[in-house]
Amino acid sequence: MRSTHPKWRTAIVGVAAVAMAATTLSMSSASAAPSTTLKKGLKVFVIPKNLGNSYFTTADSVKSQGALYALKKLGETGQETSGTADTPSSQLPIIQADISKGANALVISATDPQALCPTLNAAMKKGITVVTYDSDAPTCRSLFVNQATPQGIGDAQVDLLASEINDTGEIGIVSASASDTNQNTWISYMKQELKKFPKMKLDTIVYGNDDTATSTQVTQGLLSRYPNLKGIISPTSIGLPAAAAVLDTSQYRGKIKLVGLATPNEMKKYVADGTVKAFVCWNPADLGYLAAYAAVELASHAITGAKGQSFVAGKLGRYTVVADHTIVLGVPFVFNKSNINNFNF
Amino acid sequence: MTAVLEVPKATPGEAGPSPRRLADVVFKVREFGIIAVLAMFVLITALIQPRFIQGQNIKFILTNATIFALLALGETMVIVARHIDLSVGSVLGLSAYLSADLFTRAHGIPIVVVFLVGLCIGAACGLVNGAIVAIGRVPSLVVTLATLYVIRGLDIILVGGGMVVASSLPNGFLAIASSSVGPVPYLAIVVAVVVGCGAYYLRSFRSGRELYAMGSNPDAAKLAAIPTGKRVLTAFVISGGIAGIAGVLWASNYGTIDSTAGTGYELQVVAACVVGGVAIFGGSGTVTGAAFGALLLATINQALYVLGISSFWDEAIAGLLLIAAISLDHGIAVSLTAALRKRSLQRGT
Amino acid sequence: MLSPSEQAPLPAEPVVESGSVQNREALSKGDRLRSLVRWESVLVIALAATVVFGVSVSSQFLTGSNIFNIGLANGEVAIMALPMTLIIIAGEIDLSIASTLALSSSLVGYLWMHGWPMPGIIVFVLAIGVVLGAVNGILVTRLGLPSLAVTIGTMTLYAGMAEIVLGSTIVSDFPASYTKIGVTAFPHTELSYSAVIFLVLAIVFGAVMHATPFGRSLFAIGWNKEAAQYAGIRVKRVKTTLYMVSGLIGALAGVLYTFRLSTAEFDNGSGLVLSVVAIVLLGGVSIFGGKGTLFGVILAVIVFCSLQNALLLTSFPEDATGIVTGGLLLVSVLLPNGGDLFRRARSRKNRHRTSSAS
Repeated sequence: MRSTHPKWRTAIVGVAAVAMAATTLSMSSASAAPSTTLKKGLKVFVIPKNLGNSYFTTADSVKSQGALYALKKLGETGQETSGTADTPSSQLPIIQADISKGANALVISATDPQALCPTLNAAMKKGITVVTYDSDAPTCRSLFVNQATPQGIGDAQVDLLASEINDTGEIGIVSASASDTNQNTWISYMKQELKKFPKMKLDTIVYGNDDTATSTQVTQGLLSRYPNLKGIISPTSIGLPAAAAVLDTSQYRGKIKLVGLATPNEMKKYVADGTVKAFVCWNPADLGYLAAYAAVELASHAITGAKGQSFVAGKLGRYTVVADHTIVLGVPFVFNKSNINNFNF
Repeated sequence: MTAVLEVPKATPGEAGPSPRRLADVVFKVREFGIIAVLAMFVLITALIQPRFIQGQNIKFILTNATIFALLALGETMVIVARHIDLSVGSVLGLSAYLSADLFTRAHGIPIVVVFLVGLCIGAACGLVNGAIVAIGRVPSLVVTLATLYVIRGLDIILVGGGMVVASSLPNGFLAIASSSVGPVPYLAIVVAVVVGCGAYYLRSFRSGRELYAMGSNPDAAKLAAIPTGKRVLTAFVISGGIAGIAGVLWASNYGTIDSTAGTGYELQVVAACVVGGVAIFGGSGTVTGAAFGALLLATINQALYVLGISSFWDEAIAGLLLIAAISLDHGIAVSLTAALRKRSLQRGT
Repeated sequence: MLSPSEQAPLPAEPVVESGSVQNREALSKGDRLRSLVRWESVLVIALAATVVFGVSVSSQFLTGSNIFNIGLANGEVAIMALPMTLIIIAGEIDLSIASTLALSSSLVGYLWMHGWPMPGIIVFVLAIGVVLGAVNGILVTRLGLPSLAVTIGTMTLYAGMAEIVLGSTIVSDFPASYTKIGVTAFPHTELSYSAVIFLVLAIVFGAVMHATPFGRSLFAIGWNKEAAQYAGIRVKRVKTTLYMVSGLIGALAGVLYTFRLSTAEFDNGSGLVLSVVAIVLLGGVSIFGGKGTLFGVILAVIVFCSLQNALLLTSFPEDATGIVTGGLLLVSVLLPNGGDLFRRARSRKNRHRTSSAS
């Protein structure tokens, strides 16, 4: 029986490379962008999918230089709030409470693409800036800060696995929730990319609901069901360590290759002992940082979110809005044995 | 010579042969019933998908079942005494995190010590539950519902947004849950032994039998000078302590621990007990039955994944099983009571 | 496997589950009323304290839009507490009500996807709710199964059915005329639609409970099922009716929930049932049955929801509000017992004194 609180955490990994590169970029900007000074003292609420999720803790906290850190630097009042369950009914009352508290801007990782819209649209009508990050609600926000292009995320993982199994063999995907927008978008790009490898075949997709115990069981079922399985992709930061733990202690270790998305700390053990050779990630802190900047820029009317506009996001450098009011943080970064110990998140 | 009327002496440990044998047979049947269902299930699934009984898959099932079998042991003790412990999931989660966290704070700490810490955390929570139930005379459903919330909340605050990752845990610790002899994890063997001990305790020790008496008829138990308060307290401490150990095992099994470990486990454990023949209002049921109940549910769970049946059916099947088990046990209880009553009427006692 | 000595525990008498007879001797109506009035006074004080706390924490606490938010976030839970109250007073419990919510939400989504008209969907779903409740009622009354175990079973079963019906699909294109209950208040008030529905239903349930023979029979049944039976109350029929009402309300809550979130997902509502039970117990309803008032439950609903909201307005982590729920529950059961405990301890001391004197 599944647990009564399925959570849908999507592991999204951002650009550590860009982060490292970006720290060397100059902070001052002598660009043609409008030199409106950013407002100070704005009340900004950062609302991840749920609290108690280390991915979001990294994305949002001051310590990791995430969203709240950026807000502090800009002189705004920032606060992280959310529910405990990765569901809209847990997140909605929080959003409403934050609006009650006089929010000027909301930075949200949406638990659902639609459910929040009536409330968010009403908020925007009141003049509150709404920016989404990590997980989008496409019809009810001014800007979406995406960690990487969905295509980039999907392609990177397929290419990585292909290189490990010599472009040949059956593979399976251990996803989060079957209704997760991010997951489904990436998976559709993965299926596209798979066409480039005619000798690889996707057997099935199983869903671990971003719950460790469930992810473990679906992985076990996958392994037992497909005798010819050669590789697994798990694009979720709960699913990947869970799948790795299963492989690690079973007869399949080394025989079945595993790639996916997760934070370096979670994967250090499995990379060290070879269960996972490489995986993809980005720095969630940079994602939060960028989202915070985007929100302040919008709230200060320095940008409107139209395509082509750009701004400098502090230490990360200049970012430009692409189609559909989206800013992309960068490209996924590949972690492996040689570099994983340089990171601590 | 006076004719002496021979009245068969009824000593406490043995009533007359007939009702005992009847009940005996019934309970044996009930337990064999679960085993039979389990066997049938495994057989059918294996016919469709032979890899289901392949060694590695058996190992998967046994590993998943052991934690629930362990929890079911503690929960059974509480339920037969006509109580319930809904806080086991939260206690498991708290213990899982705190014990795993110990490894990060005290490098080189012996694994045994970590287990002891988990045991103590669980026992302490159980003590709180038991004290409020026994001394405060509060219904255990309410108490453990409240402590379910409170302990989970504490866990969340303590964990913050963090987690303990596999690389922080010593390899020896992580190996505990997975080392095995062939397809049988050592852990499964240990849990089987522990369950056996629990069964022996409940069957042969006076204090164990008294739990059943308390569940059958609390007032009569008190009149029979059974120290119900002490027994209840002990049962909850054991249930809590077991949940604490289960938490440490959880950490060893999954390797990555955050504040959500064990969420929802309490209802799954109660379900395992009920499916295993433990009456929800106490007085009957065995820990071996409950352990098999846990094994059956884990097997069904795994079978669905292996057969590729949409896992959407998992919950519904479990629900149907539960209702079937409850109906069956209730039916048995009713007809058994009637049969026993009839016999004692016939015998004139 | 089983030795003869294992057999001794006979199955529990499948009838009386309530507390011991001694504790339940006929208290005078006056006594019962007095103890309840005492609890409601405690709740009123708690409410006042919560309001003070809320206002001190945020100037927004008593604003119209915040009251709207309070009702919006908790409307369905409050509504479900109403039939739960009746059921617990009658000595049973219904843990499946939140799964009925989930299944009806799934059905709304599924039928909408298949082109059914919304009014038809609502009627159909409510009817299904009644059926689901009737199943519970039959299992409990005809088969005589303990409701705690049975409703755990149906809770699991109905949640599973919700999953089967909708699978992984999310349906969210509901018309704005329905989803507006998630953003706009009931006309001419500051309250959410669900809060208004709750208040109306609360009045109805309260009237039934306290002013009709049916309502009185609930207390009789909860107090002593056999006596109620002998007094001519049709216990089975009453209980089945209660479960059917519970199913109906669960389905209604599911419809409201779906529109409020403008989303139908199979696990809408998971985890809510424990909150519902907690609120009812907080309202002074005894878990053993036979005791409680609807007014107490209404007060408990308001206290619970306002306290959660007030905490939200601070930077108190939402995770930790569970501690408050748990703490409130404990207090609500320990306080009444506290008086008993004290008296018992004192009488024990007196007994020691008299026995040592002899």
